[in-house]
Amino acid sequence: MPDLGLSVLLKGKNFARILGGLGVALKISLVSVAISLLLGTLLGILMTWKNPLSRAILRLYLEFIRIMPQMVLLFLVYFGTTRAFGWNLSGELSSVIVFSLWGTAEMSDLVRGALTSIPAHQYESAAALGLSKRQSYFFVVLPQAVRRLIPLSINLITRMIKTTSLVLMIGVVEVLKVAQQIIEANRMSSPNAAFGIYLTVLLLYFFACWPISLLAKYLERRWR
Amino acid sequence: MSNPILTLSHLTKRFDELLVLDDLSLTVHEGEVVVIVGPSGCGKSTLLRCMNALEEIQGGEIRLHGELVSKSSKNLTELRQKIGMVFQSYDLFPHLTVLENIVLAPMKVQKRSREDASKEAMALLARVGLEEKAASYPRQLSGGQKQRVAIVRALCMHPEILLFDEVTAALDPEMVREVLDVILRLADQGKTMLIVTHEMQFARAVADRIILLEAGRIQEEGTPEEFFDSPKTERAKKFLQTFTFERKRLEQPQSQN
Ligand SMILES: Nc1ncnc2c1ncn2[C@@H]1O[C@H](COP(=O)(O)OP(=O)(O)O)[C@@H](O)[C@H]1O
Ligand SMILES: [Mg+2]
Repeated sequence: MPDLGLSVLLKGKNFARILGGLGVALKISLVSVAISLLLGTLLGILMTWKNPLSRAILRLYLEFIRIMPQMVLLFLVYFGTTRAFGWNLSGELSSVIVFSLWGTAEMSDLVRGALTSIPAHQYESAAALGLSKRQSYFFVVLPQAVRRLIPLSINLITRMIKTTSLVLMIGVVEVLKVAQQIIEANRMSSPNAAFGIYLTVLLLYFFACWPISLLAKYLERRWR
Repeated sequence: MSNPILTLSHLTKRFDELLVLDDLSLTVHEGEVVVIVGPSGCGKSTLLRCMNALEEIQGGEIRLHGELVSKSSKNLTELRQKIGMVFQSYDLFPHLTVLENIVLAPMKVQKRSREDASKEAMALLARVGLEEKAASYPRQLSGGQKQRVAIVRALCMHPEILLFDEVTAALDPEMVREVLDVILRLADQGKTMLIVTHEMQFARAVADRIILLEAGRIQEEGTPEEFFDSPKTERAKKFLQTFTFERKRLEQPQSQN
């Protein structure tokens, strides 16, 4: 059996440190996810309104965020704006800002898509029954849109969690950074640690995202 | 005839350049069943949609018991409660069960209690043979069952007039009957109805008055007997011909033995 370097995990507080790193990554992603779901839903609803100005602005925002690699955005906020405007942003806060900007943009597009995918005759049969615009929205359109939205937004959430591994680039000590530190510190004693440690990181990400996928599958089946 | 319920006067409807309804007037009386027929694309659906203010009109007016029906009517939701409508496409709400579909508007619009609305819904479902389907979702129903539920949903609002827009056009032939039977029974009960259909046998049986709509106008109207047995206009004759089939058979060739 080849040495997978798993023994390093058990040395000292290494495993606890890795879990701590995962905690940092999850904290950044979950805060960003919460902000994105909320703001994204609001902006998505706004995008279905007929005001051409607000639509153009939101569209521009979405396209801009989509084109930019997340890494560039991280550098821009963490290194760029702190220099340019002279304020102090921690790496974690910069990460939350960038992931919220990105998540909000993506979420708003998902919400817009879900709302516009509800066929016109659903609005019309609600109106024909005497429901007001607001009642049609709350009792007919939104519940259907939410059902369509669940699998798509779960997908976005897991993408956001996975992408937080980028924040080590702006000095945030999250799970991947901790893993690097441990491997670096044990380079002499266990040169194979890289495999075992990175495998552990992989499994941790898997166990963080898996329950979310399961929940999505469950909801999809229930609301088919 | 007794009191007029719905009055259309000099109705004009355009989609941009396209003139769909051209100065059309029509009165529907209480207890009357009016069937509208006409070639596809002649504006039958548009006419019904105007009556419910789902379409803007460019001229004329629509009155229900003397009250103006238009997109800008302040009491539009009240007026719409009095006009029940069933469409061709299955328009049940897919996220709600059959029972929830039916009681949604009575509860939210008419503020009736859930028990009261459910009790009536179940009684109406029983009348169309669907009480066991109350807890099913629309996707679990056949097309004919969906349309019967849609009719019950409209009925549960106690409308004064019912509009049916080709409710059997999308159904498999064996399901058409069950839906038309429901409408026939409503006619027997004296409900006021405006029915668009391509089922001519049914039209003949259910109608008090038949109207041929073409080129934006009423081209001919009369009792079913008048309309089907002795149509007056060329248009009506031509329209009715599209429903009869003839084949000119060749003489049988002599069997060659
Ligand atoms: N929303 C719309 N925009 C533009 N044209 C329409 C619209 N709805 C219907 N039309 C046109 O109006 C005419 C009448 O349509 P419709 O009322 O659906 O006819 P019918 O129900 O008799 O088949 C058709 O020529 C159709 O193409
Ligand atoms: Mg039609």
